[in-house]
Amino acid sequence: MALVTALGRLAHVRLREYSRRTAAVSWGAFLTGRRNLSTGTQPLRSENKVTVHFINRDGEKITVKGSPGDSLLDIVINEDLDFDGFGACEGTLACSTCHLIFDEEVYKKLGPVTDEEMDMLDLAYGLTDTSRLGCQICLTKSLEGMVARVPESVADIRQSKDGSS
Amino acid sequence: MSGHKLLKLWSSGRSRWRLHEGISRCGKACYSSCIPKVCIVGSGPAGFYTAQHIIKARQDVDVDIYERLPVPFGLVRFGVAPDHPEVKNVINTFTQTAKHSRCSFYGNVNVGKDVSVDELQQAYHAVVLSYGAEGNRSMGVPGEDLAGVYSAKDFVGWYNGLPNCRELSPDLSCETAVILGQGNVALDVARILLSPIDSLKKTDITQPALEALAESQVCRVLIVGRRGPMQIACTIKELREMVNLPGTRPEMVATDFEGVAEALKDVPRPRKRLTELMLKTALEKPGEKEQERRNKASRVWGFRFFRSPIEVLADPSQNKIAGIRLAVNKLEGSGEGVQAVLTGEEEDVPCGLVVSSIGYKSLSIDPSVPFDSHKAIVPNIMGRVQQAAGLYCSGWLKTGPTGVIATTMNNSFDTARSLMEDMDSGMLDLSAAKPGSQSISVLLEKRGVKPVTFSDWEKIDNVEMTRGEASGKPREKLLNVEEMLQVART
Repeated sequence: MALVTALGRLAHVRLREYSRRTAAVSWGAFLTGRRNLSTGTQPLRSENKVTVHFINRDGEKITVKGSPGDSLLDIVINEDLDFDGFGACEGTLACSTCHLIFDEEVYKKLGPVTDEEMDMLDLAYGLTDTSRLGCQICLTKSLEGMVARVPESVADIRQSKDGSS
Repeated sequence: MSGHKLLKLWSSGRSRWRLHEGISRCGKACYSSCIPKVCIVGSGPAGFYTAQHIIKARQDVDVDIYERLPVPFGLVRFGVAPDHPEVKNVINTFTQTAKHSRCSFYGNVNVGKDVSVDELQQAYHAVVLSYGAEGNRSMGVPGEDLAGVYSAKDFVGWYNGLPNCRELSPDLSCETAVILGQGNVALDVARILLSPIDSLKKTDITQPALEALAESQVCRVLIVGRRGPMQIACTIKELREMVNLPGTRPEMVATDFEGVAEALKDVPRPRKRLTELMLKTALEKPGEKEQERRNKASRVWGFRFFRSPIEVLADPSQNKIAGIRLAVNKLEGSGEGVQAVLTGEEEDVPCGLVVSSIGYKSLSIDPSVPFDSHKAIVPNIMGRVQQAAGLYCSGWLKTGPTGVIATTMNNSFDTARSLMEDMDSGMLDLSAAKPGSQSISVLLEKRGVKPVTFSDWEKIDNVEMTRGEASGKPREKLLNVEEMLQVART
């Protein structure tokens, strides 16, 4: 009897979660124009995952996990992270909207930058010496716990105004 | 769905954060009795990114996008070069926006002619003008109207299938083409003129343009600028494409680069890398392999600096162009304020094709909308049109015709934020309901205008893609409005 009740409750939760997840997926897809194709193919074993922390434009820290080989753009899309305008060209090195900033230590671990990436990175607002394009960084186990900051994409005149909205 | 994934979403707080954002944005207006209705004029990147931001920020706003042509996407469709298909990926996110339940697309509606901005303002709580820059700056020199002289806007429109450019039929039977201007559009034109025809065959370039380019005799393209190498407006990706363009070799004037290497020391990385690539291409002796490649190349391209057009010279017997007269400049001033100043010297360059790529220009489409004809923009502060409540602008109409899609995206988000602020603060009166598209549709019907919906566009889209398949192209664009409407009505 208890088992049935427990299962019933679980089923109820799963159903709600399913619709929330589907809504989030379609919302994410709505924002980025990409379908979340990898949901069904992610490995279930958690020891294969790499933890990544994103700091969004409001300064909030968002912790997610990705699989080795996923690019940081893949993770932003798969996890429906809500960064305005991120990944406009869908990872084809035709824009600079997946611009991310790293600390020195992590930056060194990211490997060499191709001319092609550098050419687009050069157009990014707020370019730093530890900037990279998220679509070109692929996860490896050695990047476990890395922090990536999403910089402002434009000089926000509002920042000097009194926040009264 | 793995159980692990479901649990994480529930406990992550991310969705709660987003919900919180939504509530803080719409404040007390969340509970207003009417649905706020916003109208956007123009369906290019500015229009769509503005729409996207508004729809995301408030759960109760309806957004209608009006577009003059039957097809959406503006310069993404008609401006981005055919050999840059990745740049057009933004169409996917625009499509998602258009298909959102609170967004509607109305193509084939000419705002300013079929319906006035005044009428839109009466029907909607807010109107955002995002209709871009359909005109171009003229050189203002004699001979500009001769056959063989084109604005880059028209030339690009021609190879990209803009309906009113399909009759351009540029004469490509000459050897030398001169492009005035050194921005990315100028480089696009040069690249399309000199690309091996096989690489263009698999793009969405129009069939007439492809055929004309296959017969083209143009084998030398000069890209001319008023100032020097340090002031060039193009970006490194486009320069690199020219340097690596198969079948071509670069040809520059070494003296144009005097003093440039020394000036690079304190320059920010983007400008430094761009200039270094230019210096290398212009001055460095190439390695053996590259030298061999250059020897075999049958087409030539090069920058020419310190030159401004003074007159387009006509071939007296044929009333078409024979060449262009250029004034020689020198630079005065330093840093951002460097100016080109006439020296009095002149130079004639024989050529059969001149493309003027000195800037697009916005036009005023409705006399009731304030317009700064000097800057060719709608005067605004952070997207709010000055002295016009309820009227906003985004994209090139707001800031002038420069910048890539990402620039326009940020610019549009900025306008959307201003609009949201005004809704939240009560600056925009949302207390009375507005009829939105209901009343506009009635007006349009009375005037015999039948809008094209987004699903109508999808019929056009499918026809284009199907036709493209036959020739291995991503699409074969329909080239005139009548044909587009015909397909839309099926």
